[in-house]
Amino acid sequence: MTDAPDVRPGRLAPGAYDQAFADLHDPFDGHEARVAAERCLFCHDAPCVTACPTSIDIPLFIRQIATGNPLGSARTILDSNIVGGMSARVCPTETLCEEACVRMHEGKPVEIGRLQRYATDALMASGRQPYRAGAPTGKRVAVVGAGPAGLSCAHKLATLGHAVTLFDAKDKGGGLNEYGIAAYKTVDGFAQAEVDFILGVGNIALKTGVRLGRDVTLAALRADFDAVFLGLGLDATNALGVDGEAVSGVEDAVGFIARLRQAADLSSLPVGRRVVVIGGGMTAVDAAVQAKRLGAEEVTICYRRGAEQMGASLYERELAQTSGVLIRHRVRPHRLIVEGGAVRAVELMRTADAGGKLVDTGETVVVPCDQLFKAIGQVFVPTDLDGAGGLLELSGGRIAVDEDRKTSLPDVWAGGDCAAGGRDLTVVAVEDGKRAAVAIDRALRPAVAAAAE
Amino acid sequence: MADLSVTFAGIKAPNPFWLASAPPTDKAYNVERAFRAGWGGVVWKTLGEDPPIVNVSGPRYGAIHGPDRRIIGFNNIELITDRPLDVNLREIKEVKRRWPDRAMVVSLMVPCTEDSWKSILRRVEETEADGVELNFGCPHGMSERGMGSAVGQVPEYVEMVTRWCKQHSRMPVIVKLTPNVSNILRPAEAARKGGADAVSLINTVNSIMGVDLDAMAPAPHTGGKGTHGGMCGPAVKPIALNMVAEIARSAETRGIAISGIGGIETWRDAAEYIALGAGTVQVCTAAMVYGFRIVQEMIAGLEQFMDEKGYARIEDFSGRAVPNVTDWQYLNLDYVVKARIDQDSCIQCGRCHIACEDTSHQAITAMKDGVRHFEVIDEECVGCNLCVTVCPVEDCITMETLVDTVDKRTGRMVDGSYRNWTQHPNNPMASAKLEPAE
Repeated sequence: MTDAPDVRPGRLAPGAYDQAFADLHDPFDGHEARVAAERCLFCHDAPCVTACPTSIDIPLFIRQIATGNPLGSARTILDSNIVGGMSARVCPTETLCEEACVRMHEGKPVEIGRLQRYATDALMASGRQPYRAGAPTGKRVAVVGAGPAGLSCAHKLATLGHAVTLFDAKDKGGGLNEYGIAAYKTVDGFAQAEVDFILGVGNIALKTGVRLGRDVTLAALRADFDAVFLGLGLDATNALGVDGEAVSGVEDAVGFIARLRQAADLSSLPVGRRVVVIGGGMTAVDAAVQAKRLGAEEVTICYRRGAEQMGASLYERELAQTSGVLIRHRVRPHRLIVEGGAVRAVELMRTADAGGKLVDTGETVVVPCDQLFKAIGQVFVPTDLDGAGGLLELSGGRIAVDEDRKTSLPDVWAGGDCAAGGRDLTVVAVEDGKRAAVAIDRALRPAVAAAAE
Repeated sequence: MADLSVTFAGIKAPNPFWLASAPPTDKAYNVERAFRAGWGGVVWKTLGEDPPIVNVSGPRYGAIHGPDRRIIGFNNIELITDRPLDVNLREIKEVKRRWPDRAMVVSLMVPCTEDSWKSILRRVEETEADGVELNFGCPHGMSERGMGSAVGQVPEYVEMVTRWCKQHSRMPVIVKLTPNVSNILRPAEAARKGGADAVSLINTVNSIMGVDLDAMAPAPHTGGKGTHGGMCGPAVKPIALNMVAEIARSAETRGIAISGIGGIETWRDAAEYIALGAGTVQVCTAAMVYGFRIVQEMIAGLEQFMDEKGYARIEDFSGRAVPNVTDWQYLNLDYVVKARIDQDSCIQCGRCHIACEDTSHQAITAMKDGVRHFEVIDEECVGCNLCVTVCPVEDCITMETLVDTVDKRTGRMVDGSYRNWTQHPNNPMASAKLEPAE
């Protein structure tokens, strides 16, 4: 390994990027959508609805597509999940609604995700805004974090008449939808279009570039607002647990994905000739496949357990493999091989399952790489909660919440990935935000009614 | 947001979606569930005189399925309610009290004597129901006993019984018509003459759904013997739409309130009936197949449609399509269309070609310059629409209206002129003076 690491931009021909990052799924046309919709049996107490964290009335929205009413269909979806457009793109439907579909008995579920996208796309294309802010209650709520949880909470609160100020540390709203999802899942700026649509309800002021703990404190928010919702997401990534991680070429996968999503010109984005991604979740796949699509020649996902334990869905795993990514199971990073301050290879330790416990076998293998992405999970950083940290109870490192997503503080709710007990899924975050908004409304109503008298 | 509320023959309801007189409306239990689901009204399953009738304990229903088990046609041999009259009347009264805003219409069928009708009407009136529907349509079982369609097929009986009901009751009277007649206008006219406030149609169509080729008996059968039943469901909708339109546009029946029935499964089906003159629609099969919850889709879809078109209320578009239903003789014979095949969406199956080649006008190519290619030959195309209907790709073949151009088939200039059969030189009966389209 005497050559310098090969990390450079422009690996593809100038015109090839659009094709490489084109929409992962062809959207349905009207006829395809109706044919797909016809397969829905309009089940009683439908298992798909039970499987959906936001409880969308799936049989109804599909029937509305079948009867030529896609805008009504979109309304049915968005009433339960205001982030329904992105959810249709990123939801692991194969482990949620589609897995529960009774048509699975014949091996092929109704294509619920694509149908949801058809309906929500139709509404976005129509340019209509079906929601309106509710009659003003005079109450003000701070929502911190403009990701799926925060957007969902803010929207619901606005429709109920509360004035919402929505803070986000980044330059744009959208959270992981804008910064943390592979580009080919949300082409044509859909994530931002959806944020604009959600804010279009009115009565939500988005303030970007405001970070909790740096620019504003929880104590100040509690003093200034009638209620606070925290949809902070996760921040720091887990460490590899090997010596000398802080070398050139080693980076968090989320950082790589965010840079890619925000890049004005993908051909300017450097990528290694040989890339290794450590991890087994959706983020690992998003990073690996995008590295491959940027022109990396060899991309390897290294996961410490077996295929069945991977967080990435079967669909995602197959996407990686058909994109030319090699998935190596039962290996964990043991040692980085660094030359001249840059990573040149990773030595992996083979692992085995000893009665449910992961053990090293002692056998190692070296995989050369010019770039290594860490996608081994993110953690919640409670330091941003500053002075309130002591008051805000945590559970398993995340904010403890009850059924209503209420925290240990009487006027603070939390949801999404920063809250304990979730599943780190967009739809779960949306449901958290929605539930918290309803609970906040319930808490503020008596005061609203009293003021009116 | 569009207002779906209706006043039909004096009966108010929050929406035009009513459940037809049928198994779904036989008991308080079902009707309560229907009202909770959002139905605007019900026509309670037909009451008769005690002792109650007896149903078969074999199969009552049969169906024609599409390949994916979707029900296209649905048939039954169930009779009127088999519960005691008292029980039904008590439940009707209780349900109406609990749901005062919903339409509660009671379907009736008793023998053709004035006393029978007088007596049951008095008892129904005590329930505070909103109206009655006379079941002159049931085509099986009851018709063998001189009731149901046996009455509906004789206009004089229709008129007579309707008149009795108007005489002996203050309630609005809806006459339900059987389609098993040669001309639907005769019983409709009779209903109007008798003083009916409205007609509802269609009841079911005489039918044998299939034959069990092992048992050599109609399918389904009752211990080896079968009888015709009454068919409903999507397959009968075109038959019903025509009959509704005929009543809506006939000089003798125009203006009578119409409740449209037959194959209504979606908001669009309902909107079509309303466009042809219906003020309400009645549903049975779709509810029996999917459950009462489908009314949500119907309500949401109709509201969306009305909002898009700017119709504030049902009556704003009820009957809007009626003036455009005319007799064949008034169709414009100078109007010319040609088929157009979109080569980008054509999948090269050749169905349009062979349909046209074998059975119509030899107006579509199968080959061009030695390669498979389907294209319309304007010199032969009569604009019949067969290729459009057989093409498996939606909107691949469309009909283009010729404007200010020569029809290559006839050599005639198409200039927007109007000439119907009553004016055509080939018609020996053509009148000199022009008759405008109705």
